[in-house]
Amino acid sequence: MGQITLQGVQKSFGPVHIIKGADLDIADGSFVVFVGPSGCGKTTLLRLIAGLEDVTGGAILIDGRNVVDVPPAKRGLSMVFQSYALYPHMSVRGNIAFGLKMAGIAKDEINRKVEAAAATLNLTPYLDRKPRELSGGQRQRVAIGRAIVREPKAFLFDEPLSNLDAALRVQMRLEVTRLQKQLGTTAIYVTHDQVEAMTMADKIVVLNGGKIEQYGSPLELYEKPANLFVAGFIGSPKMNFVTGDLAKQQGAATIGVRPEHLKVERDGQGGWHGTVSVAEHLGSDTFLYVDAGPQGMLTARYIGELDLHPGDKVSLIPDPARIHRFDDSGKSIHA
Amino acid sequence: MARMVTTRNKVISTAAAWLVGFLIFFPILWMVLASFKTELEAFAIPPSFLFFHWTTENYVTVQERSDYFHHALNSIIIAGGSTLIAMLIAIPAAWSMAFSPTKRTKDVLLWMLSTKMMPPVGVLVPIYLIFRTVGLLDTRTGLVFILCLGNLPIVIWMLFTYFKEIPKDILEAARMDGATIGRELIYVLTPMAVPGLASTLLLNLILAWNEAFWTLNLSTLEAAPLTVFIASYSSPEGLFWAKLSAASTLAIAPILVLGWFSQRQLVRGLTFGAVK
Repeated sequence: MGQITLQGVQKSFGPVHIIKGADLDIADGSFVVFVGPSGCGKTTLLRLIAGLEDVTGGAILIDGRNVVDVPPAKRGLSMVFQSYALYPHMSVRGNIAFGLKMAGIAKDEINRKVEAAAATLNLTPYLDRKPRELSGGQRQRVAIGRAIVREPKAFLFDEPLSNLDAALRVQMRLEVTRLQKQLGTTAIYVTHDQVEAMTMADKIVVLNGGKIEQYGSPLELYEKPANLFVAGFIGSPKMNFVTGDLAKQQGAATIGVRPEHLKVERDGQGGWHGTVSVAEHLGSDTFLYVDAGPQGMLTARYIGELDLHPGDKVSLIPDPARIHRFDDSGKSIHA
Repeated sequence: MARMVTTRNKVISTAAAWLVGFLIFFPILWMVLASFKTELEAFAIPPSFLFFHWTTENYVTVQERSDYFHHALNSIIIAGGSTLIAMLIAIPAAWSMAFSPTKRTKDVLLWMLSTKMMPPVGVLVPIYLIFRTVGLLDTRTGLVFILCLGNLPIVIWMLFTYFKEIPKDILEAARMDGATIGRELIYVLTPMAVPGLASTLLLNLILAWNEAFWTLNLSTLEAAPLTVFIASYSSPEGLFWAKLSAASTLAIAPILVLGWFSQRQLVRGLTFGAVK
């Protein structure tokens, strides 16, 4: 079991409020991603759950038990650090076995578990090597091995893939997701990479300035962002925002349209007119950055190749069903 | 072409390094040679370099006149004792400052270092009077105490810089893995800090061994270490070069041997953090 509940969790460092009251319910076995810009408090929140920082206020429940006064080791969680944080003087075997050794488990059982974990992560040939003799991806696997071998109630991942190169990151992303599904263990994963968040999560927590902006499944966040911040943060390229009269006509202070929901037409009628200032041709997609005069700079995404170049006149027609409306305070208006 | 120049440069710089090394080493070599000469040959002009009447009589005389082993034992006890106590105090101090620093940690460290900037002679009289009152004059305990205090700031600074280099993440990982503070120290921190601890220990041992100001002023015979033993050979009756050389050779021999075997640790210790 690994159900984690946060009730009004707060954290201040001196006069600085890092976490301003977080409420969250994480179901057993789910994969939850904390995402947000740097400094939003996502790592702090994870460290509060881990017990590496003390809360200033509120409660953290693991399987119904308040753990705010319980030391990290007794919370039954394991953590994968961004820097891997392997013990440099121990072999891979020693690293994976350390937690079990601390728990006072019998030697042959430790060996059995370590070898099973190593097999799962394809680390068997490296068991007797030192961390410095491994590549970045292998080190990351050892760190994950150290986390899974203890059969924790939940895994905590603190930006574990950010030190890897792009190709390896995609591969490890898949491996982590597959492993989590296979083990069925609750996972909390911190990242600033929204692609990681969208692809890995069952549910995403969007954090900004120490507050939870929205908590929901990736597609909920994409289709029904709660406010301007979430709307702008989720999705790539960013959602286009238009203010002024156009928004007022729709009964909103701001309207937002995602680049993929703007239909591009050459010299078409209707919609918003503009001039292409930059065109990015990716083959599979074409990204157009259009100077649309009163509407400002707009981004449009066209699936496939579109033969447009800077200076070309285009009109952009928003899909009326996919227009997001926001009020003065930035909150979403739902019809 | 380029390669040839590089080779020539290498030869030149190697030769220069050997020359500088020899110049630095020469006084020690000269002292060792003088210790095997007779008193007359020791200050003969022109000096004889290798072709003289080799003798060990100086060593015999030195041992007869003053008990070398007595002073050597004092040196070992004073240097070793003060180093061990300093380490015992410094490890937790440096640990706490490195891993749970406060706003004032920097100030505390600087304040500690500032005590090393005061010339010791400035506090000689008060310390002497205190030692006389509490009966610590010419005792090993007294010298262990004063040398320990004298070197403590340096030991704490060195250990602090070592501990600082250990990533906090690793200690947190150990904590997540269920290690208590004690086990974290034994299984994770200490093995990672061993090189740092070793070079701090060695350097402090050498500093304490060579310390002459307090040992000369606060001891006469009972607790006198090798520094006092050497000093006793520059007497008002005149300098006995050969005997002084023999005494000095005997005094530096143990630390020279120790330094020779641990030079790699020492160099690493002194450049730690500077070169990554």
